[in-house]
Amino acid sequence: MTALMSKKIVGIAPMNRNKMIMSFIAEKTQALILPLVGICCFMLLWSFTASSIDTSLGKFPGPSAVATQVVNLIDEHNAERNKEDAFYIRQDQRNEMRQAKDPSYQAKVRAYTGKETFLDQIVTSVVTVLSGFLLAAVIAIPLGIAIGLSKNLNTAINPIIQIFKPVSPLAWLPLVTMVVSAVYVSPEPMFAKSFITSLITVTLCSIWPMVINTSFGVVSMNQDWVNVSQVLSLPKLVHIQKIVLPASIPAIFTGMRMSLGIAWMVLIAAEMLAQNPGLGKFVWDEFQNGSSQSLSRIMTAVFVIGLIGYLLDLAMLQLQRALSWDKSSAQR
Amino acid sequence: MSIILDISKVDMVFPTPKGDFTALKGVDLQIKKGEFISLIGHSGCGKSTVLNIVACIHKATMGGVILNNKEVTEPGPERAVVFQNHSLLPWLTAYQNIELAVKQVFKNKMSKTEMKEWIEHNLRLVHMDHARDKRPDEISGGMKQRIGIARALAMKPEILLMDEPFGALDALTRAHMQDSLMEIQQKLNNTVIMITHDVDEAVLLSDRIVMMTNGPAATIGEILDVNLPHPRNRLALAEDVEYNRLRSAVLTFLYEKQRKVEVIPKVEATESKQKTSDVA
Repeated sequence: MTALMSKKIVGIAPMNRNKMIMSFIAEKTQALILPLVGICCFMLLWSFTASSIDTSLGKFPGPSAVATQVVNLIDEHNAERNKEDAFYIRQDQRNEMRQAKDPSYQAKVRAYTGKETFLDQIVTSVVTVLSGFLLAAVIAIPLGIAIGLSKNLNTAINPIIQIFKPVSPLAWLPLVTMVVSAVYVSPEPMFAKSFITSLITVTLCSIWPMVINTSFGVVSMNQDWVNVSQVLSLPKLVHIQKIVLPASIPAIFTGMRMSLGIAWMVLIAAEMLAQNPGLGKFVWDEFQNGSSQSLSRIMTAVFVIGLIGYLLDLAMLQLQRALSWDKSSAQR
Repeated sequence: MSIILDISKVDMVFPTPKGDFTALKGVDLQIKKGEFISLIGHSGCGKSTVLNIVACIHKATMGGVILNNKEVTEPGPERAVVFQNHSLLPWLTAYQNIELAVKQVFKNKMSKTEMKEWIEHNLRLVHMDHARDKRPDEISGGMKQRIGIARALAMKPEILLMDEPFGALDALTRAHMQDSLMEIQQKLNNTVIMITHDVDEAVLLSDRIVMMTNGPAATIGEILDVNLPHPRNRLALAEDVEYNRLRSAVLTFLYEKQRKVEVIPKVEATESKQKTSDVA
């Protein structure tokens, strides 16, 4: 009897295991195949539509044109880097020669002034967006906490926030440009003026969601936690540090993710309009250039902009998962 | 024994848009050191308000609370509260939750090692030393409430206030928690005010049961002395004549003298919303 039963159990177990493995594989393939199907459909639709649009600069770029440009842009970047290296080698050689002839000669080292490649522009844009976003966060989070804690402060500041929140970066840009060139004058500037202009524009536009979400997080804090803090008679600063800040972390992250998305969109527009170095300038330059390759280069930039925006959001999400105690709010 | 806490002729009036609402009227109660008091009454009768006034989370409109001959005006750790829904901070572990309290209360009075030992001692007291590094969302409701009790006890309060501490737990866990609380009380002999809905719980744990009339203008209806010897055993007491007399006295008060006439159930927001939403 027992032998029969054990036989049965042994017989069932591997089948269950197989089933589990099968369903696991099915799940994984679904997670992998479905996006691929989506991308393929998009590619087909895109290449079909692209081939039927004619512009003054030739056909609208399809997937293959973009793929070619990706290779081109990387090649151009490498070529530019080789040129730069060659320049410095030449300069060093020249200086050495002159110093050998005349030991009192003071060697002059000049920086290479080649044109910025696509990859350089990407780096510039990412650095600018992160700096602007960080500056916004440094201002917004303390401000949001203060507004959340004080009803009077909220009543006083809320109208201003509501008015500035919907302002487009393009409206800020001329003002910021003029103010920066008037105020930021130094013989040896640490940062380029264009960088400061872009950064401030990004900050001005991305600050509001963080302020609003942070203050919302503070206001909607569980009253029980406030009571705990009261019973413990925590001093104000400890209360903020130990209770308010952790309690509003999930809301702060929601605001930060929204802000970073806005910051990235704003930056591209600002670079385009102000001719500040970055991806926006690349797009604008190609548009003005008007060669047969321009549209496919712009299309490449569009994908790169999208991809970087996605990666920035993903990075924020990972940060949220690592730092926030509320795992449920960090799902997607 | 000396009187440690005097709730002196307390009135509580809440201003509402429709005019003033008198929640409490002339609540007067003296509590001796080491006494275990239960506050029982129908929901909405202002039991929690009494507790909140003692904790100073609410301020009494008239009258006041005197602890050790001094009127209390602000919340403080000498009146530690065990909240109904545990109120542990979800971003801290069990140990850290208690640590926050201990660090605040014994800032300059204990060394670091003393604090560590004191926190661990309190975790052991509620049999939670195995969950020391668990966060609240990783442990069950009963366990959370044990940590909540440990946190309150770790403050070495003059008086321990418990607001329906076991109300959110299932019956079996509740019985278990009551036994634990009796065991702790045997050791520490704290002064306790506990709010409860549960008649058995009140009779089992208390030295005195304070029964409150229905609101508005609720006040103390009757006070029942429970002279059952400690330690008490729920199984032995089930057959006890005195226990059953007390039990039926409370039931009579609640369901005959102070029958709840209100039929419309009151919707109470027990938890403030914790959702983060995209406002902007």
